[in-house]
Amino acid sequence: MRREIPLIITTIAGLVFAISYFIPHWPFVEAESIFGDWIAIVQAFAIWLGALNLIKVSLEKIYRKKEDAFYSGIIIVCLLVTLGIGFYDGFSGGAQSSFRDTGTTFDWLYRFIYTPLTSTMFAMLAFFVASASYRAFRARNFEATLLLIAGFFVMGGRVPLFDLALKPFTDVPYFSEFAGWIMAYPLTAGMTAIMIGIALGIMSSSLRIILGIERSHIGGA
Amino acid sequence: MKFISIYFVLLVSLSVSAQTNDNDSTSLLVNDSLTIKIAPPTSVIVEDYKYDDADNLQLHWVPSIDDMPQDGKVVRYRIYQSTNNGSFVLVDSVNFSVNMKKIEGLAIDSTYQFMVSAVSKNYEAKSNKTITIQTEREWINFNLASLFLIALLITSAVIYFIETARRGKELFVRKIAGLEAVDEAIGRATEMGRPILFIPGIHDMDDVQTLAAITILGKVARQVADYDTKIRMPVARSLVMTAARETIKTAYQTAGRPDAYNDDMVNYITDEQFGYVAAVDGIMVREKPATIFLLGAFFAESLILAETGNSVGAIQIAGTARPAQLPFFIAACDFTLIGEELFAASAYLSGEPKMLGSLKGQDVGKAIAMGVIIVGVISITLGEAYGIEFFSNITSSIQSFFTVNK
Repeated sequence: MRREIPLIITTIAGLVFAISYFIPHWPFVEAESIFGDWIAIVQAFAIWLGALNLIKVSLEKIYRKKEDAFYSGIIIVCLLVTLGIGFYDGFSGGAQSSFRDTGTTFDWLYRFIYTPLTSTMFAMLAFFVASASYRAFRARNFEATLLLIAGFFVMGGRVPLFDLALKPFTDVPYFSEFAGWIMAYPLTAGMTAIMIGIALGIMSSSLRIILGIERSHIGGA
Repeated sequence: MKFISIYFVLLVSLSVSAQTNDNDSTSLLVNDSLTIKIAPPTSVIVEDYKYDDADNLQLHWVPSIDDMPQDGKVVRYRIYQSTNNGSFVLVDSVNFSVNMKKIEGLAIDSTYQFMVSAVSKNYEAKSNKTITIQTEREWINFNLASLFLIALLITSAVIYFIETARRGKELFVRKIAGLEAVDEAIGRATEMGRPILFIPGIHDMDDVQTLAAITILGKVARQVADYDTKIRMPVARSLVMTAARETIKTAYQTAGRPDAYNDDMVNYITDEQFGYVAAVDGIMVREKPATIFLLGAFFAESLILAETGNSVGAIQIAGTARPAQLPFFIAACDFTLIGEELFAASAYLSGEPKMLGSLKGQDVGKAIAMGVIIVGVISITLGEAYGIEFFSNITSSIQSFFTVNK
């Protein structure tokens, strides 16, 4: 029964969502809405599950004095401080205010600590794009050479410098037009093919799950 | 004297009162001259909103003749609703030049009547009342008929091939390099004595990509249990953590090594995208895993994770159904499962006939897509180049069949 009940729920939920897409009629629409509410409730409780796991893993590292116990300490302190400030701001402002309101301490934490940290991580992408491009554009084989040539024209077409270099010879912006052609035709064709494959893959995968053939996600063999 | 004084007081008060009335009538006259009179909207029609759950009606009208795009007198339209023959109440308003409105949140067992008024700065002109109407419920959304047919065809093909495979017919599935490399990648981690890192993306269990990643995890964990290799799986969603633990636990039990399983193999980090990336990058740099699986839904973090993995010398197998992230994975990882290959992975790795059958059914969909694309390209080329009506009709038929208006 440990496997059968989740399988039955999966099948029913999957069928209800699929049918309600084509049949907008009672009871499918109502059932879809109920399942949606269930998902929200389960996810809300699962957040605590995750938070408790994070605290447990971090405390264990501190207790066992592991190499990176220092970072675990920072996690615990940050978690408790953020939680504490959030609760304080939420309760002290009365019923009309929220801990997310502009000007609260929680808002300050968000704007001046969380956002810069996030931006820092995101900024690393610029350096990684450079190193990944270097590897991808090395003309090791035919495909990589093709990529290099396409990349050269697309990048060249995106900046005015290349068209400007052609200005003494012609007024036609060949670089930007060729870049536009690459983006509009070969790229769109390739992307569409991938999208069709993905849609069919999702369909086939969903069918396997709904029919109970695929069970790995519920711990089935 | 007393009467005379009362008489004068009355006379004065009456004259003041008369003056005031005069002033009022003057002001009325002034207001009336400033009133921006407009014509009401006409032909107000209400009809059932098709293919809903009987909770909407569609209202449309011919705009007032004073509703002009430039220097028009109409500023908005007000919509009045009467429920069960009750009085009309204002329920909504829309800007000028709008001539339709979907009325939402209605009940199937009530009757409704509507009236629309055009409003200028200081005048309101109401239309006639509409007919009395009730909402209706349709069983099938015929707008999606073509989509339903395609879905039915592909579903039938998938089920047919599953049954064919069940009966024992051998099915050919092409080799997928990324999945062929799974054994080698796990073996490498075992030989090097370093852990395997499995990243299931940053979406929850309601994303089919995460489900695909978890199904692949089941196959990977089975081999990990057999080889006694260490696996680490930091996750960004609590439900993924629970599902992944269950999957790995079952894999260890199936391999006959339940004692080797530990809940800490999977741990939750945070729901926040870049917080998760920072933590995973830290794990990569500190623990230097020999093998990294990046399978699931990835966004801006894909390249940050893949490049960090590359820098620590790990063999990386990535896969996602996000086309925008595929180039990053192809550039930074050793093997990439492109789109559909991610969903085919669990069937491919299991090698079970009924799972492989579903892949063959998928191929029928691809064959249909290819056929339609070829016919479409030929018909549009001949139709446009030579003006042959027959081919133009084929093109428009294909376009209308594959255009979905939900």
